[in-house]
Amino acid sequence: MTMNGDSPASVDARAVSFGVEAKTLLDSVDMRAERGQFVGLIGPNGAGKSTLLRTLSGVLRNQEGTVWLEGADLQSMPARDVAAMLALVPQIAPYTQGFTAFELVLMGRYPHLGRFQVEGETDDRIAKAAMRLTETEEFETRTLDTLSGGERQRVFLARALAQQPRILLLDEPTSNLDVLHQLTILGLVRKLVDEGLTAIAAIHDLNLAARYFDRLVLISEGRVLTEGRPEEVLTPETIESAFGVRAAVYRDPVTDALAISLIGPAQGDGVAPPDRAAAGQNGMSSASRR
Amino acid sequence: MQAVGLTTLRSYRQMGISARLAIGGALLLALVIVVGLISLSLGPVDISVGDVAWIVLSALGFDTPEFGRTEQLVIEQIRLPRIIVVAIAAGFTGLFFLALPLFAFAGAIAAAFLVYGIAVVGGHFSMATLLLAGVAVNAFLGAIVSAIIIFLPDNELLREVLFWLAGGLDARAWEHVRIATPLIVGSTAVLLLMSRDLNLMMLGDDEARSMGVRVGVTRVALLATAALATGAAVAVSGTIAFVGLVIPHVLRLVLGPDNRVLIPMSALGGAVFVMAADTVARMVIEPAEIRVGILTAFVGAPFFIFLLIKNKRQVYSL
Ligand SMILES: Nc1ncnc2c1ncn2[C@@H]1O[C@H](COP(=O)(O)OP(=O)(O)OP(=O)(O)O)[C@@H](O)[C@H]1O
Ligand SMILES: [Mg+2]
Repeated sequence: MTMNGDSPASVDARAVSFGVEAKTLLDSVDMRAERGQFVGLIGPNGAGKSTLLRTLSGVLRNQEGTVWLEGADLQSMPARDVAAMLALVPQIAPYTQGFTAFELVLMGRYPHLGRFQVEGETDDRIAKAAMRLTETEEFETRTLDTLSGGERQRVFLARALAQQPRILLLDEPTSNLDVLHQLTILGLVRKLVDEGLTAIAAIHDLNLAARYFDRLVLISEGRVLTEGRPEEVLTPETIESAFGVRAAVYRDPVTDALAISLIGPAQGDGVAPPDRAAAGQNGMSSASRR
Repeated sequence: MQAVGLTTLRSYRQMGISARLAIGGALLLALVIVVGLISLSLGPVDISVGDVAWIVLSALGFDTPEFGRTEQLVIEQIRLPRIIVVAIAAGFTGLFFLALPLFAFAGAIAAAFLVYGIAVVGGHFSMATLLLAGVAVNAFLGAIVSAIIIFLPDNELLREVLFWLAGGLDARAWEHVRIATPLIVGSTAVLLLMSRDLNLMMLGDDEARSMGVRVGVTRVALLATAALATGAAVAVSGTIAFVGLVIPHVLRLVLGPDNRVLIPMSALGGAVFVMAADTVARMVIEPAEIRVGILTAFVGAPFFIFLLIKNKRQVYSL
C-alpha cells in the first residue's frame, strides 16, 4: 500500500484504539514515523506510551484502527516477519531463568533463524557486535539476575540490535542509566537513525527529548495532544497543560540545545522544590552543570 | 577440586550449542551404556558384564564369540525390554497420576488440557494458577483412583492396580517397547524443535511475542506433545514419581537453562537415573523387589526439597 508513489512511512498508525474491559487506554491515536526518523513519545505516567509502543509492535492487538509497517498491515503479518523487521525494548526488562547476557542477546537472532537452524558464527558475530555497541561485552558470561538495572537495560538493547531491525521501539531506554550512558545510548540510537534506522522511544527526561529527537508526540490520557519538532511541542504552555508543571524553555548557552527548566508544580500543595532552584539565582550554574 | 569443576562448567556453558549437545550427549550416553550393562548383568541369573555386552552386540547383528543360550534368553527376552522401557520412559514420568494404562493416554491429555484451561481462564496465562490447578486436578483424579480401588471386585485386580500406581517395570516385554518408543521418540523430537520458542517463553509471554513466537499456539502444542509423551511413558511403566521433576532441575543447575540442551539431556539423565534406581530396587531385598516408583520418590523427594532449600534462588519453575 504505497501512498502518492512515495515509499510508505516506516510506522503509520491510523486511528488506533485500544481498551481493556470498559477502560480506553488509547483513543484514536494517529502517529507516523518516517524512515530514518527518531520520534519521541512524551507524556505523564499512565498516558499510554507503553501501551502505544506495545500496540505498534504487535504485542497488543488494537481493537480499532490500523497500524501500517512499511505499508503492510501489522495484523495481517506473521509474528515472525514483524520481529524480523521491528524490535521492542520493554520498559521493565524481565530477567529470571539464569540465562547469561550473551545467551539473551543471541535470542535476538530468533526471527532470522529457521526452525531447523542453529545459530552460526554470523549470529555470534552480530550478537557480539551489538554488545560492543552497548558496552555490555564485559557481562557476556554473567547471568542476567546478577546485573544491575542499567546494565540489564543495556543488555536488552543489545538484544534488540542483534535482531537487526529496521524499526526500533524503545520504552524509556534511559530510565535506569547513569548520565554518561544516557548520552552514549541515545547517541548510539541517534547515529543508527542517521544511518537509516527508524526509532520510536518513550522518554520522561524532557531535556534529552529536546536534544536527541527529530519529532515529539505528546500523549495524555490515551490521546495525542500535540506533535511536531521538539521546539514546537516543548513550550511552557503545553508542558504545563500536559504535566501540570511550570517550566522555562530556552537555548542552553553551553550546549546550544533546547533546554527546559522545571520550576515547580503549577498549582496546589505539590511538594515545593528546594529553595535554591525556586530562588532562580544560580540559573547559569545549573545550566552549565550538565 | 570444586573450583576446577566450576571452571569446567563455566567453559561448557560458553560453548556453542552444537558443542554443548555433542559433549553432554556423549557423556550421558556413555553413562546410559555403562549403567545399562551393569543393570542387565545383575539379577537372579548371574551374567558377567562382558557376556552382557556380547549378547547385546549379537542382538544388534554383530559377530560375537559364543555365549550360553539361557543367558541370551534372559537378556533378550526379560531384561533388555525392561531396561529399554525404563530408558525411554524415564524423562517423562511422574507428571500426571491417572487411571489405568489403556486410559492413561487419553487421561493424561485430558488432564493436561483441563489444567491448562483453568490456567488461561480470562485469556491470561498464569504459571501460579497452572501449578495450583495441577495440584487440584491431581487431587481430584487421585480421589477418583482411590474410589476405584476401594470398589475393585477382586484382590488380584487390586494388586495389579496398586503395583501399576507405584510404578513398576517387571514383566515388560518387547510389546511395551514397540508401543511406547515411537510416541516418546517422536514427541521428544517435536519438543526439541520447539525448544528455542520455549527459551523465549521463559522470559514471559510478551517478550516471546515481541520476538515473533506465536505464544498461544506454541504453548498448546508443547503441552499436547509433553502430555502425549508422558501418557505413553506412564502407560508402560506406571507412575515413577519425581524423576520428571528432579532430573531436569538438577541438570538445569549444571548445564544452564537452555532448553535445546536441557530437553535431550534430561531424557538421557532420566534414563540413567531410573535404570540405576530400577537396579537397586531389584537387588536390595532379593528375590522380592521394591517398586521402582517408591524408590525414586524416596530418593527424589528429599533431594528435591534439599535443592529447594539450598538454592532457593536458582531452582526455576519448569
Ligand atoms: N491490563 C490493564 N488493565 C487496566 N488498566 C491498564 C492495563 N494496562 C495498562 N493499564 C492502564 O493504562 C494506562 C496506560 O498505561 P501505560 O503503561 O501505557 O502508561 P505509560 O504512558 O507508559 O506510563 P509510564 O510513564 O508510567 O510508563 C495506565 O493508566 C495503566 O494503569
Ligand atoms: Mg510506560
